[in-house]
Amino acid sequence: MDRPRPLASTLKHLALGAYLVFLAFPLFWLISTSLKTPQELALIDPTIIPDAPTFDNFRAAFSEQPIVRSIVNTAFVSSVSAVLTVFLSIPAGYVMARYRSVVSRATIVWVLLSQIFPWVLVIIPLFLLLRNFGLYDSRLGLIIVYVVWSMPFALWMLRSYVASIPYELEEAAAMDGASKARALKDVIAPLLAPGVVAAGLFAFVSAWNEFLFALVLIRDPDLQTLSLTLVKFIGAEGVARLGPLAAASLVATIPSLIFFAFMQRRLTGGLLGGAVKS
Amino acid sequence: MSLLAPPRASSAKGSPRPRRSFLGLDRDGLFLAVPALIPVVIFSLYPLLRGIYLGFTDARAGRNTETTFTGLENYRDLLGDSYFWESFRVGLIWAFSVTILQFFASLGLALLLNQKIRLRWLARTLALVPWAMPPVVIGIMWRLVYHPNAGLANSVLTDVGIIDRNIDWLSDFSLALPAVILVGVWAGMPQTTVVLLAGLQSVSKELHEAASMDGAGAWNRFKNVTWPAIAPVVTAMTTLDFIWNFNSFGLVYVLTEGGPGGATRLPLLFAYEEAFRYGNYGYAAALGNAMVLVIAVFVVFYLIRRMKEAKN
Repeated sequence: MDRPRPLASTLKHLALGAYLVFLAFPLFWLISTSLKTPQELALIDPTIIPDAPTFDNFRAAFSEQPIVRSIVNTAFVSSVSAVLTVFLSIPAGYVMARYRSVVSRATIVWVLLSQIFPWVLVIIPLFLLLRNFGLYDSRLGLIIVYVVWSMPFALWMLRSYVASIPYELEEAAAMDGASKARALKDVIAPLLAPGVVAAGLFAFVSAWNEFLFALVLIRDPDLQTLSLTLVKFIGAEGVARLGPLAAASLVATIPSLIFFAFMQRRLTGGLLGGAVKS
Repeated sequence: MSLLAPPRASSAKGSPRPRRSFLGLDRDGLFLAVPALIPVVIFSLYPLLRGIYLGFTDARAGRNTETTFTGLENYRDLLGDSYFWESFRVGLIWAFSVTILQFFASLGLALLLNQKIRLRWLARTLALVPWAMPPVVIGIMWRLVYHPNAGLANSVLTDVGIIDRNIDWLSDFSLALPAVILVGVWAGMPQTTVVLLAGLQSVSKELHEAASMDGAGAWNRFKNVTWPAIAPVVTAMTTLDFIWNFNSFGLVYVLTEGGPGGATRLPLLFAYEEAFRYGNYGYAAALGNAMVLVIAVFVVFYLIRRMKEAKN
């Protein structure tokens, strides 16, 4: 292998340093803004690091009615969507893993196709459809849309979790005379727990972060999700309002961070150590 | 529970096969899969097909308007619409710039992260940050960076002496698009970096060492060993990146809403305005179909590349 050359090594470290700055500085600025006092935000020459860091902005954000209401709305819509998605995906994901069916292939094709087609083609008919059902501008309408749009990927995730559980385990249950539903409930479900958590978190975070569907399907300010409220908020600027906006944006990021932390750990952990000896 | 057929205890080990089937499923299978399939068909497959169809009609907002099939009329209108051409021009500049810059930035980062280097753990964590943030928050965060008075960009560039007065980046006709492209690159880097890094890790170490023994320099080793190994991943990822970027909406909507004066009005922002500001559903759907056409060209291009790579 190469002997390390000092010049090349210096250049590499400089390049890495540049990447670190580029990747980190916007987030750093968001955090910095969220900790500044209104006086400091109004300075002509903004300070990089807050002189007198304060959590007042977080307190201010949580005392703003629209923000609190939209956090409650988003939490409700996201939780219900996640539960429904998982509830519908477990049996279907099981079928995809255990049967050689066109359904499995169709789902993968659908996951890919939904990446290709521009969102406008789907949203117009969806908007008209929900309006006909009386579900436009309602939480239920939004929940249905979120469930349907996170399900293909959730199915795909659960399929791979089921596939990693040996079929021998089910056969053993069948030998003992358990029905398919029993086998699913008593044998597969407990082993599937990590996959269920992953798919549920995925569905929750997709709904929590979602913006486009909410933008079209929700009009009533009382029903707004957090993404919508934050975007409306930045329109009504005024430098002093930037602090609470930054604080609320950081709060909005928490679920995604948890999801990523969880997924990172799961990638290193084994799922099923020694349940079947083969 | 007694409704269910008895378990297939006798089926071959590891590869269960149903007996009677519909879509390759027996009764149990259907019973388990259908609750998930019905909502997907009603609320995503049907709307998509309906959306494609609407592109060939004169559908408009309003409770009592009749929708009639108009064939290619929408497309004739599109061809004569200067706003449409402008938004496609902006969309292509955006998609190409973001995809290409993203690729080179991510390749550089992946090459660095693939080596033993100090602070690698920090870089690996930070490289995932944009991925872990909601798109709306990314937009808001960058608006704070670009803020004319309280923004980091003006503050730093003034201190360094590159600019001498505050610039309103997102409202400047010639600067808005480049400024938005930079955000696009930042936001999309993690996925591309992770995929390229995985590709790099599959490159054979022995080949590298052999080439090194033969006296090949870093550039030659990259060109002759690394690049051929990661080329298929690069083609796939770049095609997907391009499609994502061409279809992008939320980030730019939050940053500029397509302004100033349409300088950042991507095709989907144009379609959104047509549909939900002016109520021209048919026209907006036609625009979506036109986008599918552009994307199809890239998918075909990708498939041709794939076949060539498979032959070699």
